[in-house]
Amino acid sequence: MAEMNLAQALNDGLDAALGSDDRVVLLGEDIGRTGGVFRITDGLLEKYGPDRVYDTPVAESGIVGAAFGMAIAGMRPVVEMQFMGFSYPAYDQVINHVARIRNRSNGRFTAPMVIRIPFGGGIGAAEHHSESLEAIYAHIPGVKVVVPSSPYDAKGLLLSAIEDPDPVVFLEPIRSYRAVKEDVPEIYFTVDIGPVRIERDGTDVTLISWGAMMKETRAAATGLEDDGISVEVIDLHTLSPLDSGGIVRSVEKTGRAVVVHEAPRTGGFGGELAAVIQERALYSLLAPVQRVTGPDTIFPLKRSESHYLPSVEKITAAARKTLED
Amino acid sequence: MRTLISPDGTVNDRLPLTLGQMKDLYADMVEARAYDRKSIAMQKQGRLATYAPFEGQEAAQIGAAAALNPDDWVAGTYRDAALMWRAGYSWRNLVAGRTGDERGGHPPEGVNVLPPSITVGGHMIHAVGLSWAEMLNRTGRIALTSFGDGATSEGDFHEAMNIAAVFQTPTVFLCQNNGFAISYPRSEQTRSETIAGKAAAYGMPGVEVDGNDVAAVFVTVTEAVDRARAGGGPTLIEAVTYRIGPHTTSDDPGRYRTEDKTEEWRRRDPLLRVQNLFESAGEWSPEWSEEIERRSVERIEEAVTEAEALPQPTRSEMFHRMYAEITDPLLNQLGEGSDG
Repeated sequence: MAEMNLAQALNDGLDAALGSDDRVVLLGEDIGRTGGVFRITDGLLEKYGPDRVYDTPVAESGIVGAAFGMAIAGMRPVVEMQFMGFSYPAYDQVINHVARIRNRSNGRFTAPMVIRIPFGGGIGAAEHHSESLEAIYAHIPGVKVVVPSSPYDAKGLLLSAIEDPDPVVFLEPIRSYRAVKEDVPEIYFTVDIGPVRIERDGTDVTLISWGAMMKETRAAATGLEDDGISVEVIDLHTLSPLDSGGIVRSVEKTGRAVVVHEAPRTGGFGGELAAVIQERALYSLLAPVQRVTGPDTIFPLKRSESHYLPSVEKITAAARKTLED
Repeated sequence: MRTLISPDGTVNDRLPLTLGQMKDLYADMVEARAYDRKSIAMQKQGRLATYAPFEGQEAAQIGAAAALNPDDWVAGTYRDAALMWRAGYSWRNLVAGRTGDERGGHPPEGVNVLPPSITVGGHMIHAVGLSWAEMLNRTGRIALTSFGDGATSEGDFHEAMNIAAVFQTPTVFLCQNNGFAISYPRSEQTRSETIAGKAAAYGMPGVEVDGNDVAAVFVTVTEAVDRARAGGGPTLIEAVTYRIGPHTTSDDPGRYRTEDKTEEWRRRDPLLRVQNLFESAGEWSPEWSEEIERRSVERIEEAVTEAEALPQPTRSEMFHRMYAEITDPLLNQLGEGSDG
């Protein structure tokens, strides 16, 4: 075991993947010499050499498209997009090719590859650097979408994603990269893609979130527990394929649910969760499902971030609302 | 522009192919044309979805594919059936794909031909990645990607060309400049004098070849393939040709071009040219020609019969080909259907 923050755990995971599987190669802008804009690939070029870790031209679509070709030809590429806001030029490759080749070729060709995308706000960054549009990836049939919120999960899910026979969009919460440390095994290990993680057992209300918003969600849960409310906390950590059974079982137990995400509300993934809950757990519900989300605005610049991001207070208030008679 | 055989069949300089090789290339072009004609007919009968004819481009496609090894990669488009077939794809699966059956996207094991890209331009970079992997694994395999003149205006063309050149991947870029991107003429598509000339900006060789001369295409692609295999990096080849037919069976070329121009190109027909070559060499035999045509039609009919005899795809197959292992949400949705 070693104490690692989420960024270090990802670096450790990439190191483990490169060390254990010759087919793994890394591609991205500035990931070699500088270790990437967030230093997630720090030291890996030195350790594994320029045939495994590639600094590429500034061409997101080209990077993903080339990695796609490599994956079809038997490699296990892991590409880095610098920020979600810079990943959209590659969206065409993801939705039109990466996600489809298994279907298009009736299973003859597959694209086992990982697209790492740092996402989310709260770091006072420039425009386009705080995007949280995970729903546009979760909406694509044929890819999986994974979002770790803790160092342990980050490493374990990343190694699962690299092993996965299908393409995985791996979303990394920027705000959480260096927020907390926890013990992470230095050995190779995986965390299953799919099943939700029940972080805290409770009986009165279920709080569901993922990525960076888990921080505020956990804090809200702790505050509510102090007031004698028993809170169940779910870290979704896989948006696609969605473990709807795990969500439904929890809501059947608590009868109340609050979904928290920083992405804009309309068309956000919270809507999907609310739909699943009403389809499959309506008669267990004691109150309407609440959504605590970012508003339908452009993610603001630094001075307005606090106006945008869901706060502990808002999550707490939403949970209390479900408990009103 | 490189031409080895003029439209009247005279050989410029020296032909580095044997008569036997020329006969094989001719026979393959005849077979490809039989497929094209059959597909158009089937589309009119409602047996195929929209079809993109390639008449006039047989030399560019057959000549290029003939220059490849059987396990080289090919990433082409919806108009590349002749190229894909000559590279190892089956007519049956090409027909199946056009009848609207995903099983048509499955080439035989060992044949490294991707199912055709329907969106324009996004697939060129795939050939870069495919050949990059082969370069890393030192297999000696290369990748050829085929695209039209219109695709060179896509940003994807730039990214693919640039990345291939930067990493010196063993990639052959084959542009079939057939004069039109649906209705938009090549002259308006780019101010560049030639498409081949764009290669210079990327630091790779660019070659302009007569795309209706199967021998010239074969020789030019062979040179690019050999250079790629030897570690010499990528090449852009512009095969100058002409789309005799419409963009697709839904298109009306009368809206954007005159019949005179098309007639002029008919006189430069790639099959006629080889026929003229054989005639001037005293090697033309109408009986032989009729025989290969008859056999080609037979093979295409057989492929059509097989494709149309494929059992109706089940609903379940649609769900099961999404991931290596079907996911829970898909399993639930599959369960919502009637015939499971």
